[in-house]
Amino acid sequence: MNHAAALPVWAQLAVAFLLVAGAGLALIGSLGLLRLRTFYQRVHAPTLGTTMGIMLVLASSMIFFTVLESRLVMHEVLIGFFMVVTTPITLMLLTRAALYRDRSEQSEEVPPAAPSYTPASEGSGAQGTASGPAAPSGPSG
Amino acid sequence: MTAAILDWAVFAAQILLTAAMACAAFRILRGPRAQDRVLGMDTLYVNATMLILTFGIRTGSQFYFEAALIIAMLGFVSTAASAKFLMRGEVIE
Repeated sequence: MNHAAALPVWAQLAVAFLLVAGAGLALIGSLGLLRLRTFYQRVHAPTLGTTMGIMLVLASSMIFFTVLESRLVMHEVLIGFFMVVTTPITLMLLTRAALYRDRSEQSEEVPPAAPSYTPASEGSGAQGTASGPAAPSGPSG
Repeated sequence: MTAAILDWAVFAAQILLTAAMACAAFRILRGPRAQDRVLGMDTLYVNATMLILTFGIRTGSQFYFEAALIIAMLGFVSTAASAKFLMRGEVIE
């Protein structure tokens, strides 16, 4: 790393601190992915890395190349903008898919669908009418 | 002396990011259900993006930025397609 010596001390300290902080946040998020118990808790953990972690690493890269090349290097903003836009989309898609799979298996871990949803889909609507008369007949008979 | 600070910081960041990728890979291999594996893959892509940016700082070359951008875009597309597949059973209807 010969080029690193060309940087002033304040830039080296800033780059080093931001880089280690971002990598540490990514590690904490991934450890949460390892340690949390259910999927719906685990889906929160990696967002630590996808928001603050990657922002700190990108800021570190921007400072490094701006100081190294003595011109403004801003194209890391592209990755940051892309991450900010896409992460909520992917995680909400994934969580909706997981919720759909858990509900279609009648898992007890997730609450059932709201009553306003049942007439919209034919499958759960037929189940609702079938279990409706069966429930009162159980205790009476 | 001062050059050693940045050297060690890049080294430490690489170690931390590799450990984070190992955690995500463990979730891919172990994950009890398919959505856990997809979540682990998404985390793995984000950590790989950060690791490649760290490589860029280590070598002082700007070419790693494009690789990081492409990996970020591929991660979004693959995770969205996997979530669609888990929801519907097919990707393109």
